[in-house]
Order: sequence, then structure tokens, then C-alpha cells
Amino acid sequence: MTAQLEAEITAAIDAAADGQALEAVRVAALGKSGSVSDLLKSLGSMSPDERRERGPQINGLRDRIAAAIAEKKAALEAAELDAKLAAERVDLSLPAPPRRRGSIHPTMQVMDEMIAVFAEMGFSVAEGPDIETDFNNFTALNFPPKHPAREMHDTFFLPEDANGERKVLRTHTSPVQVRVMHKVNEKLPGWIANGQEPPIRVIVPGRTFRKDSDQTHTPMFHQIEGLVIDKAIHMGHLKWTLETFLSRYFETPDVVTRFRPHHFPFTEPSAEMDVQCDRSGGEVKIGQGTDWLEILGCGMVHPNVLRNVGLDPDVWQGFAFGCGVDRLGVLKYGMPDLRDMFASDVRWLEHYGFSPYATPSPATGLS
Amino acid sequence: MKFTLSWLKDHLETTATAQQVVDAMTMAGLEVEHVDDPATKLAAFSVAKIVEAVQHPNADRLRVCQVETRDGRKEIVCGAPNARVGLTTIYAPIGAYVPGLGVTLVEKPVRGVVSNGMLCSASELETASESDGIMELPDDLAVGTPAAEALGLEAVIDFEVTPNRPDWLGVVGIARDLAATGLGTLKDVRVAKVPGKFPNPVEIRLDGAGACRQFSGRLIRGVKNGPSPVWLQQKLTSIGLRPINALVDVTNLITYDRARPLHVYDASKLTGGFIEARLGREGESFEALDGKTYAITPDMTVIADRSGVIGLGGVMGGLSTGSAEETTDVFVESAWFDPIQTAQTGRATGINSDAQYRFARGVDPESLVPGLELATKLILELCGGEPSEISVTGEALPRPAAIEFDRGYVRKLAGLDLQPQRIDDILRDLGFTIDGDVVAPPSWRRDVEGKADLVEEVARIEGYDALPALPLPEMPPIAGGVLTARQSRIRAGRRAMAAKGYAETITWSFTKRETARLFGGGQDELVITNPIASDLDCMRPSILPNLIEAAGRNARRGFPDVALFEIGPLYRGDQPADQLTSIAAIVAPRPPRRWDGAKTDALFDLKADLMSLLDDLGAPTASLQVAQSGQSDWWHPGRSAALRLGKNTVAEFGEIHPRILKALDVEGPILAFELIVDALPEPKKKATKTKPALELSPLMPLSRDFAFVVEGGVAASDLTKAVAGADKALITQVRVFDVYQGPGVPDGFKSVAVEVLLQPRDKTLTEAEIEALSAKVVAAAEKAVSAKLRG
Repeated sequence: MTAQLEAEITAAIDAAADGQALEAVRVAALGKSGSVSDLLKSLGSMSPDERRERGPQINGLRDRIAAAIAEKKAALEAAELDAKLAAERVDLSLPAPPRRRGSIHPTMQVMDEMIAVFAEMGFSVAEGPDIETDFNNFTALNFPPKHPAREMHDTFFLPEDANGERKVLRTHTSPVQVRVMHKVNEKLPGWIANGQEPPIRVIVPGRTFRKDSDQTHTPMFHQIEGLVIDKAIHMGHLKWTLETFLSRYFETPDVVTRFRPHHFPFTEPSAEMDVQCDRSGGEVKIGQGTDWLEILGCGMVHPNVLRNVGLDPDVWQGFAFGCGVDRLGVLKYGMPDLRDMFASDVRWLEHYGFSPYATPSPATGLS
Repeated sequence: MKFTLSWLKDHLETTATAQQVVDAMTMAGLEVEHVDDPATKLAAFSVAKIVEAVQHPNADRLRVCQVETRDGRKEIVCGAPNARVGLTTIYAPIGAYVPGLGVTLVEKPVRGVVSNGMLCSASELETASESDGIMELPDDLAVGTPAAEALGLEAVIDFEVTPNRPDWLGVVGIARDLAATGLGTLKDVRVAKVPGKFPNPVEIRLDGAGACRQFSGRLIRGVKNGPSPVWLQQKLTSIGLRPINALVDVTNLITYDRARPLHVYDASKLTGGFIEARLGREGESFEALDGKTYAITPDMTVIADRSGVIGLGGVMGGLSTGSAEETTDVFVESAWFDPIQTAQTGRATGINSDAQYRFARGVDPESLVPGLELATKLILELCGGEPSEISVTGEALPRPAAIEFDRGYVRKLAGLDLQPQRIDDILRDLGFTIDGDVVAPPSWRRDVEGKADLVEEVARIEGYDALPALPLPEMPPIAGGVLTARQSRIRAGRRAMAAKGYAETITWSFTKRETARLFGGGQDELVITNPIASDLDCMRPSILPNLIEAAGRNARRGFPDVALFEIGPLYRGDQPADQLTSIAAIVAPRPPRRWDGAKTDALFDLKADLMSLLDDLGAPTASLQVAQSGQSDWWHPGRSAALRLGKNTVAEFGEIHPRILKALDVEGPILAFELIVDALPEPKKKATKTKPALELSPLMPLSRDFAFVVEGGVAASDLTKAVAGADKALITQVRVFDVYQGPGVPDGFKSVAVEVLLQPRDKTLTEAEIEALSAKVVAAAEKAVSAKLRG
């Protein structure tokens, strides 16, 4: 009799198509007046012997039915979830909300690269203002007043002040040499270098200005200056520093450099450094070929400059160098026209720009 | 400065090739800019002889020639009227590039006859601008002689003369340096005296006011002027000078040979029997040899006779007294003019003559008489005549001071180990005189002022290749890196902005003055007096105008959706403290259309970027106030705000005012911010790297929502600030999650719903405590902004 009931209930569980039908089956079997509940209730009116025999049968039936209902319930829920999820399908080939890609300007990337290279050699970074006095830009750097060397700088001038002095847009980063070595009694913002006791080892990145514009010149450009002052620093140290810098910056041990005499008013002896390259294909390839390309100017700080900033040239000596940051960027990364650097064409910025995460480091390389 | 190899060899005994000369110059500091070498350019061309010339069978004006060439006998078709038997001319083989035609020769029939090369004219070789037939050369030239050699064409070396070395503006000066490098031997460059036959009849006067330091001259009478001989003409034309007449050509030769400018006057045209160097007088003018009339000012040195100004000293002679073919008596001037004054006169008049260029850089003060003697010798040779005695008035500039020189300084400053003997040899080769420890520079080396200059001379001639390369002494690493906190902050800001999707750009530090005025700038002291272009004549008071214009340019190219930023200077005045560092960004919010129609106010995206940037910069963002009044007038008054820290404006952001966009001709809307790095408090250097202990509450945070009704003009931030202040210990955050105006809210009011986050501190809050807190929140909101809880 229980076997037949079990078979009927099991069939009803199997047939239940949804949670509601299953619940009806449960109520009919295990509810207050369900068929199995009735059987359980009937145990109370049985003799002990009869109860001993029927008890396990009826309890077993109840447990099996309850388990079968639970199993069926889980199966129905899983099927329901599957159906719900299937209905939630979206077309993920549709585009996500657009997110712009930002970039770092190549000049700034190159500056960071240079700072990384020189930081490893112990150089810190000094800064000075773009609008400079004639004294800092020229006179202190041993450009005699009215000297033809001043004319070669194509200087931008601001109007004369009440004292008849006119400020200039600095034509090079070298006036910061003066600011680094020479302390003035003038209240200056903290970012501007103002007098440092030697030994000195700094680089100076920044904007510079000359009245010039063509494929390789822009009226504003960037330079990086280097200054080392100590008691026994000589041209041999200068040569090593620049050779090491160029080979690390161009990230190839094959950089061949040439050091040759030149003239700058603020260094003595003065030199220019050339790098060997191949120009045959129209673009410049560093580390190959037999052509030479001038890459920077340098020399031992002129004794007059040291005197002008209050250092005794018989005690202190050292070197300075300066090079064009944008130009070195062009040489490494191959932009065809310097003027594009400052044109803000978004296509150019995207093409030549760098990822924000390309921070130069010894671990990941410079770029 | 240009010169040829043969000219150099007039003074330098050497077997060096042009390339060897160039290399030696480069390594001695004479920076070669360009070598124009006809031997290379015309390498394919050579001398040939026509042995037979017959009429072309199919063309009247063509001849078929049999030509003896370097490559054997060739049949060549030629259209030149002078193609005749026996002519020695220039031949180009198949494959040669003909510069004057711009073509490379290929083998092809000319009216049915194959031409195996070409016979060339001077214009085809670019040795003349025009020609009316093929070249006619002397018959004694051997077939196969290279064209450059046959035509006497030489390599011309052009190099940059640095301002410290005016002596390199003469070939002798170049030869002296090259001899010192070991490239050859300097020939005797001394000049013999030519004795005068009679007293100089032209009186030389100096005004004593410093117009001219020293002036010498002599008369040569009875000369026969005319075209100079071929050798002299060739020498001048080889470096691009135009021969004029023998007298003038002699002065030009000496200018380039000795860096010693001279001037020749037709003595018959001088009036008053004197020649005078004096300062100019207001109102004077003079007609120069270039045919132009120049106004004279009192800071110019003029040469004058009784008629008035006849020359600008050291700059240019005058038309009235210039020497011509018929000149028979010539007065030769050899003087010394002040470099600075000559440079000024050059600038004022715009004259950049060979003489002006040399005097402005400094002519050897002891070259007056030798230059005059050399000129006399050459004039007598070329034109005959009889020289007077030489008159010299004034004093030569004293020699540069002698220098105490410890030879060990070469090693100390250059790191170069040289024997004292070698050091002295180099200096002597360059013309220095040595007496024990004292080294005296020659008169033409006024650039040498101290011992560092002597080290340069020695190192330069020994060769910079010989310098060692020594590592810098080790330095202890700088704790915390080499950058200052400010530099690191700016660097972080740059990378952060790029990570937020902005493309970094760099724009000029200048803008147009009118544009600067729109952005609060344009002061007189920031106007560039000599701008590169009239629209770049003023230092920028803000980066924004440059970025807005950049957005406009990109839009016109078809890229209207840009997000740009720049980190750089702006200028509020011309003092160092007036230069501030700005981080400016703009967005032209014209994103592509979206399939899901999602729409948010892009201004809040920009605000999110700005606030997150401030976090990245370590700014105290919690203390920042958003002020929607008092911001600059280039912003949309309703859609912009200033971020203030106390009284300081740290940043402004919003939509750019349409008036500004119209003035800059850019389509809006444009959203932007500009953050002044200098207005942020300096990042603090921490005493320890250890971070403070993290205290984690074991108690669950909870949140309560409130909807307030406030007047429409109330700033949401005033409400949230009041709510947050109701219990600073428990309330950790207040977030606005809804703003509503419409039915249910009175006109002119809005409903602002906020979620208040509570963090119990030491025990779970009871319902009663939460009720009490809610009451405090409502009271605080009411007190601050008259907010009513929405019923």
C-alpha cells in the first residue's frame, strides 16, 4: 500500500513543471492533511508491534518523498535561473562607452628620460624663470656688452623698465647656472635656484626662446643644461659624462661620439660633441653610418663666469653643457619637423605621444 | 668664410687633400659647413677630342662626331654649331648625370643614329650660366683629363668663423692653425717694405674723440688701373667675389688673405688735401658705393674730406671718391676701427660688407702697415706707379696682456698629460711668445685673456681625441630621489592627466596681446618688442587661450572631439615670482553619438578629473571650497566655479564664455580647468617613511537617507557641509544622490536627497541614538541653508 502511494507521489513530483505544481505535490503528500502526513498520524493508533513494523516504513517513505521534493526543487530552480540568464543575454560586440586615450608629449618624455639618466649619476634638477635679466642671460656668462656673440642668439626682448634695463626671454638655460652658483638677496619663489655651495651637480631643463623658425628651429624650444663644480673636475670627466649620457639616452652601446673644439663665451676650453650617424636614407640613424651630427655644446666653466658668481677659479672648476631636448627627441623618435612639436595636432600627439605608464626607469628602460 | 685649397697652399706647405684639410680644420675648431668640390661633382666628365664630324643623315642641325675619349673612340650625335673636327672639349659618358640639364644620359638613338655619350657646354656643367656651344678647350689638354682639372676648378671650403677668432677671416690665419696641427708648414708670411719715393701729400687727421684709433695711408701716383690679371680674377671668383678693377681687387684679395680690409680712393677726387676720420654730425648723409644714401648719426665714424663725408669708416666707401678704370693716383687707407662701433654702424645702416664684418669682430691692430705694404707691392706689380711714404696717425691698441702660465694647469683643467716642451711648441706655432712662466699672445689673438684660454689652445691643437674619459666621482645617493617634492608633484600630475585620457601638448609661451587681454593679461611689461609674428607678441597670462585655439585648429581639420592638457608657465608680470606653473586642460565635449543614449553633463566629468587630479597631486581636497562667484570673467558665469583653499584660488573650471570663443573664432562649448600649482600648499616631507597605524573599526557602518527641500539657489555643497558638521565624530561621508525640481516641490525650490554614512566608534548605535543624530542633521541643515525635511 505504501509502495503504491510512493509510486504515485514520485510520479507527481517528476511531473511537476514548476515550483507551484511541486508545492501542490508537497502539500498533498507532506502537508497538514497530506497523504503521507495521514499515514504518520495513523502510527499513534497502532499497537506497539504494528508500530514497530510500520513506523520505519512510513518514516522512510516521508524522508524519501521530502528528499525527492528537495532535489526536484533544486532542479527546477536551476532550470529557472538558466532560462532567466538566457533571457538576459546582451550583444557584447556593441561598443563600450568611449574612453579617451591620453598621452605624454615626446619632449616631456625625453626630459624625464634625461632626468632619469642624470639622476643615476647624482645630478639633481634646478630651475629658473623664462623671463631673465640681461645680466643673467649674457653679462654674467661672459658675453661682453654689445659683443657679436649676443647677436647670434636672436634674442626676444621685453620693453625697457624705468632704469633703462630690458628683460629678455632667456636664449638658453645657462642663466640658471648663474642662479645656482650665485645667491641673491631677493625674495624668490622656492622653485627658483638661488645660490648653492659647491660641490654642485645639477641639470636644468626648461623652455628657451630664440627668434627663429624653420624645419629645425622654433621660436620656443627646450634645453637641458648640466653644471658640475668641484675642485678637480676636468675635461676628461666632461667627456665621460656626455659619452655615458648619450649612450644611455639612445639606449645603444654603439653610439660613437666625437669631441671637437668650439667657442662659447661662457666656457673655456669649449667643445661640441658630435654623434656618428647615417643620414643616407633621409632620416638620421644614430649608432650607424659615417656621418657626424652636432648634438651638444659644452666646456669648462669660464673663469670669468666663476668670478662673476663669486667663486675663486683657482679653487673651483668644473664643466657645463647644454643640448636641445626637442632635437634629441627628434633624433631618437624620428619626427620629421620640429615645428609639429608645438602645433597641438591631436593626430600627431596620438602618434608620437607616450603612454602615461612609460615612466623611464632602470627596470623598464627609458621608454 | 670661403677659401680654396690652392689659396691655402699659398701659405701652407702641404700635400694634404681637401678632405684632409677639412678633417684637420674640424678637429682644430674650425667648423666646416660645406665643401663644394667640382672634382666630385664633375667626376664623370673628362677631356675629349673630335676627330671626325659629318652631317647627320636625317637632321640638318645635327652632326655625327667620332670622338676620342677616355673610353676609346665613340660615335656621338651633337647639335652644337661649333662641333668641328679638331675641337678639344668635354665628354660625358652614358650613365653620367648632367647637372645643368638635370638628366642622366641613356643610350638612345637621335633621329635614327645612336649617340654614345654627350659633348657638353659650360652651362650643362654649371660652370657658366649660359653658353652658345660646347666647350672649347686648349688643344694641349690630354684626352681623359678630368673636367675639373682641365677647367681649373677647385674645391671651395666654407666654414663658420666663431666670433672669438677674427684672424680666421684671412687665409693666413687658417694656415697658421693648420700648420700647428701638423698638417704642413707655414710659409713666410712676412711682408717686405716698399720704400716711398716722396712725402705723402694727403694729410691724415684724427678727431681725437675716439672715432678712429689709428689710421695709415699712402699715395701711389701714376698707376694704370684696369681689369686685374686672370690669376687674381680667378682667385676672387673661386670664392664667389666679383672682380671689379685691379685696385679694388687688390684690397679684396688682402681682406680675404690677411683679414685686413683696406680702402682705395681716387686721389684726384679728394678735396682739401686731407682725409679725416671723425664722428658723424647730425644732418650729414652720404652716398655709398652700393649706390644708396645713408643718414649719418653722431655715433658713426665717418671718413671725410673738405667736401664732407666720403666714407663710413670700416664699413663702406663712398661713390664720390671711389677708384675707377681711369684712376691714376690712388690713396690707400689702412686703419683700425673699433669693433663695437663698427658693429653698431653695420646694424644701423644694414650694411654687412666684408670690411664691416671683419672690423666688427676685430682686426689685428698691428696689421695696418704690413697690409699697406702688401697692397703697395701688388698695386705696383699690377698697375705700376710710384708710392709715397707711409703716414701713420694715432696709436695702435696695446697688445693683449701676457699671462702667467703654470704648464701643470693643462692637466688640471683638461686632464691632458703633456710634456712642457710640447705645450710650448704648440703655443709658439700659434704665434705666442714665451718667456719662462710668462706667455704673451700675439697681436691678433685678443681673445686670449687667461690661462684657461691657453689650455684650450694646447688641447685644441693636441686634439680633443687625446682627452681621457674619466667617470665622475661617486656621490652618495640623494635620499628621496633627486627631484624636489614640487618637481615630483608636477611629474605625477603629468602622468595622471594622461592616464585620465588627456593628450599632453606644449604650446608657445606667447600669444597675441589682444588675446592675453581677454585672459587678464597683456600688460606693457609683457609685450615682446621684437616678436617673431604679430600674433605672438605677448607673454601668456594663462595656458587656456592656446589650448582653446588648438581645439579650434583640430576642429577645422575634422577632429572636434579633443581633450588636451599642458603643464607649463604663465606670466603675471616680468619678475621671477610672477611666473606660475599651471596645469590646464580643455575638453571639447563632442563625443561620437552613443548607441545606448547615455547622457551626462560633461562638465561633471571634467570636475571629476580635476578633483581626482588634485588628489593625485596630494592637495588637501577635503578643505577645498567650490565658489560659484568671483571667478574670472572668461568663464560662463553660470557654468563655472573657483576652487578655493582659504582665500587662495587653486583652480577654476567650467565652460568657457561664448564671448571668448567668438573672439578666438572657436566653436563651443569648450570645457576647461586651470590649476595653479603654486597655489597648492607645498607637499610636506615626512619625518618617517612609516605610515600611521591603520585603525579598523569592528562595528558595521550604516547609512541613512534624508530628502531636504531648499531654495533653488542654494549650493548643494553648503547643504552637505552643514550635514557633515552635525556630528563630526560619527558622520564619515555625505553623498548627494538625487536633485529634483517639479511637482511636489514648491516653485523656486528643489529637493536634494543625501545619503549620510555613519561609522559607530565604540559601540553599536541604538535606535534612539540614531533618531537623536537624525534630529541634529535636520537641525543643522535648517540652520545653514533653511532646509526643510521633505514630507
